[in-house]
Amino acid sequence: MNVAKRTFDAVIVGAGGAGLRAALQLSESGLKTAVLSKVFPTRSHTVAAQGGVAASLGNSTEDNWHWHMYDTVKGSDWLGDQDAIEFMCKKANEVVIELEHYGMPFDRTDNGKIYQRPFGGHSMNYGQAPVMRSCAAADRTGHAMLHALYQRNVRANTQFFVEWMALDLIRDADGDVVGVTAMEMETGEISIFHAKATVFATGGSGRIYYSSTNAFINTGDGVGMAARAGIPLEDMEFWQFHPTGVAGAGVLITEGVRGEGGILRNSSGERFMERYAPNLKDLASRDVVSRSMVTEINEGRGCGPDKDHVMLDITHLSPETIMKRLPGIREISLQFAGVDPIKAPIPVVPTCHYQMGGIPTNYKGQVVVPKDGNPNSPVVGFYAAGECACASVHGANRLGTNSLLDLLVFGKSAGETVVEDLQSGNLRLKPLPADAADVSLARLNRLETQKDGTQVHDVRLAMQRTMQKHAGVFRFADLLKEGVEKIVEVAEEAKSTQITDKSKVWNTAMTEALELDNLIEVAKATMISAEARKESRGAHVRDDAPDTAERPNGRDDDNWLKHTLWYSEGNRLDYKPVNLQPMSPDVEPIALAKRTY
Amino acid sequence: MTKRTVHFKIYRYDPDKDEKPYMQDISVELEASDKKLLDAIVRLKTKDDTLSFRRSCREGVCGSDAMNINGKNGLACLTDVDSLAQPITLRPLPGLPVIRDLIVDMTQFFKQYHSIKPYLVNNDPAPERERLQTPEDREELNGLYECILCACCSTSCPSFWWNPDKFVGPAGLLAAYRFIADTRDQDTNARLDNLEDPYRLFRCHTIMNCVDVCPKGLNPTRAIGKIKDMMVRRAV
Repeated sequence: MNVAKRTFDAVIVGAGGAGLRAALQLSESGLKTAVLSKVFPTRSHTVAAQGGVAASLGNSTEDNWHWHMYDTVKGSDWLGDQDAIEFMCKKANEVVIELEHYGMPFDRTDNGKIYQRPFGGHSMNYGQAPVMRSCAAADRTGHAMLHALYQRNVRANTQFFVEWMALDLIRDADGDVVGVTAMEMETGEISIFHAKATVFATGGSGRIYYSSTNAFINTGDGVGMAARAGIPLEDMEFWQFHPTGVAGAGVLITEGVRGEGGILRNSSGERFMERYAPNLKDLASRDVVSRSMVTEINEGRGCGPDKDHVMLDITHLSPETIMKRLPGIREISLQFAGVDPIKAPIPVVPTCHYQMGGIPTNYKGQVVVPKDGNPNSPVVGFYAAGECACASVHGANRLGTNSLLDLLVFGKSAGETVVEDLQSGNLRLKPLPADAADVSLARLNRLETQKDGTQVHDVRLAMQRTMQKHAGVFRFADLLKEGVEKIVEVAEEAKSTQITDKSKVWNTAMTEALELDNLIEVAKATMISAEARKESRGAHVRDDAPDTAERPNGRDDDNWLKHTLWYSEGNRLDYKPVNLQPMSPDVEPIALAKRTY
Repeated sequence: MTKRTVHFKIYRYDPDKDEKPYMQDISVELEASDKKLLDAIVRLKTKDDTLSFRRSCREGVCGSDAMNINGKNGLACLTDVDSLAQPITLRPLPGLPVIRDLIVDMTQFFKQYHSIKPYLVNNDPAPERERLQTPEDREELNGLYECILCACCSTSCPSFWWNPDKFVGPAGLLAAYRFIADTRDQDTNARLDNLEDPYRLFRCHTIMNCVDVCPKGLNPTRAIGKIKDMMVRRAV
C-alpha cells in the first residue's frame, strides 16, 4: 500500500479539551501543527462533562488553592503526586479565567462573576465544610468549554485533520517518538505524520466496561498505541465509578445535582449517606458514595422491582432552580429514565466513568518512563495530557470537576513544553525508521485477509462483561485472579477478529476492530494491575484488604504507597515511588492520614 | 419492553462497490434494553457490519448521529425506537453529498458555521479576572449556546438546500446571534456587515423547519429574526 508522508513541527492526536488546549498553545506560537481527530472536534467526549471545572476563585465562598490541593491529595488517597497536584491547583484560576476570556458562557453570580457550585470532596479549611469551587455553565459545562476551545482554535487557524484515526506510535531505534501513522476514514488511506513532537490527548477508555457513562469513541486509542509501542501504563487499576449513572442506560447524571442540593435515598427513603459520610454526606468523594450505594443495594435496601438501584431526589428543589441550573439533567431524565425530576426521583446506579491511570507524564506533559535508574526519564518527542495521561493528579480517586481542570492545565502545559522544546532547538526532526508504517499495515492487512476469525462485537462484549464482573466497584481476590485468566483469553480472541466490510470508504467495521485492539491493552492493564495490588486504596477496594485499626480503610502505605507500571510485553509489572513532595519548598506536604468524609 | 423484531428500510451506498444507492430491507431482533433508535442500529450492525453511520455520546450532546428518520431529521440516540412507524425508513441528512450509507459530507455545513467567525471578539486588554456579565445578560445566551452542530436544522431547510454555498443556514445564523447577543463581544457591526447580503441572512423565509426538527429545542428562526431586526434598526 502507498503510504503518504506529511511533516509537521508537532502532531496532536485528539481534539477534546486537552488536545484543543494544547493546539492553541502551538498554533498561537506559529508552529506547524496538525491536530488529528477521529471525530469532528466538538463531538469529542469533553462535550458530555456536566457539572463544572474546579478553581479556587472564591466568588461565592472563601477559597484558596491550598485547600483545593489538600482536597485533591486526600481524594487521591495519597497516590497523587503532590508536585503535579500543587501545579494544577495553583494554575486553576489562570486557565479558567482564560477560558472566560475566550468566550465560554459561564453562569454568573449576582455581581457578574463566574457562578460556582459545591461538588463532592471539595471543602473549605481542610475538610471542614463544602466549598463552592465548581465553575459551571448550567449542567453543560463540558459542552460550553469544548465549543469555546474549538472556536478559539478557529480564530487561531489551527490545522485539523478531521475524521482521521491514529493507528500506531512511531519510535526510532533510540526509543524516541517521531510521529504516528493514521488512517483517513473517508478514503481508508494511511499516512505517516512525521513530527518533532507528538502529543497524545486521546481521552479515556471507559468502553472496556459493560456499563459506562463514556461515549462509543472512548476506546483508549492513545493508551493502547503507547502500550503497544513499549510505553508502560501507570495506575490502571484505578477506575472511577460515578455514583449517578441512569439505571439501565448508563447515561451520566452530574454530581452537580447533589451540589445543588440533591439527595440519595434508599428503598425506605432514607438519606443513607449520613451514615457513611457524616460530614460531607452526599457530597463525599465519588469512590465513597459509589461504595455506599452498592452496599445499600447488596444489603437489600435498593429500589425498584429488582432492588438494583437507588434514587437521586431533587423534588425538594424549586422548579426554577432545576430549570436554571440543571436543565440538561431534566432532559436526560425524561429521555433515559422516563422521569421528570421536578416531580419524581431519578433511578441511579454507580457506572464506570473515568480512568485515573494512563500514560505516565510529569507536570510538564512530558511522557516519562523508567530508564537508567531514573523512574521518570522523559521520552524524547512524546507528550500526553488529559484523561489518557497520568500526571498523576488523581491518584486512586479523582474529585469531580478536576478532570476538566486537568485537561486545561496539562493541555496548556504540554503545549508550552512542546513550544519551549521546539524553540530552544532541543527537538529536531529525526529520520523515520524504514519500517515506520509496517506495524499499521500489518494490522490492516490481517483484518483484510482474516478468515474463520472471531466477531468484533462478540470479543468486545466478552471483554466488557469480564471487566464488569471481575474489576468492579468492589473487588474480590478470587474474582480478580480468575479475571486475569479470562482477560488474557479474550485478548487472544481479539488477535483474530474478522470483518465482512472490505470497503475503503468509511469502513466503521474496520475502525471498531482497530479500536478493540486499543481497548484490549487497557483491559489487560487494568485487570493485571488490580490483581497485583494487595491493598485497598481510593477506587480500588478488595475484600482481602478490609478496614482495620492497623490498616485504616485497608490501605497499606508500608507496601503499596507506589505507582503501578504495566508493560504490555509479557504483562510485566513494575512500580515507582509516589512524589509526596510539593513543587515549592514553602508548601507543606499533605501528610498521610486516614480518609474520612 | 421485551424482545421484539423491528423492520427497517435503510439507504445504502458504498461508492467502493455500488453503482448507485439503494434501499435495503432488513429486520433485527432487539433486546429489552434497546430503547433508542441508536440502540437498534447498533444492534443491526452486529448483524451487518457494513452498515455505516456516525455515533458517539449516545445522549444527545455530541451531535454525531443526525439522520433522516421516517422523513424527519433527528438524532438516533434521542428517538424512541418504539415510537416509530415501521418499516423505519432511514436516510442520510438531505441536501448534503453522501459519502457512504448514512454518512454525509458536512464540509459545506461547517464552512458556513466558520464563515460567521464563531468566536468571541473583544479587543480590550484582557483583565486579570473574568469579564463581568450580569445574570440577565448571560441569560440572553440561553437557547443559543447549546447548539450541538448536528445539522438537523440546516439540512431540513429548503433555502439551505437551494443555496448551501450562499445561505449561512439556521445553525450558522444561530451561532452568529450567539456572539451578537454576548455583552462581552465587540464585533456586532462587523458581524452584521458580514450578513448584509441577499443570500447569507435574507434567504431565510421563516419556513421554520429548523425549529421543528432541532433535537435541543432551540429556535434558530427567532435568532434570525433578531438579526434582521438589528439590520433594520441599524439602517434607519
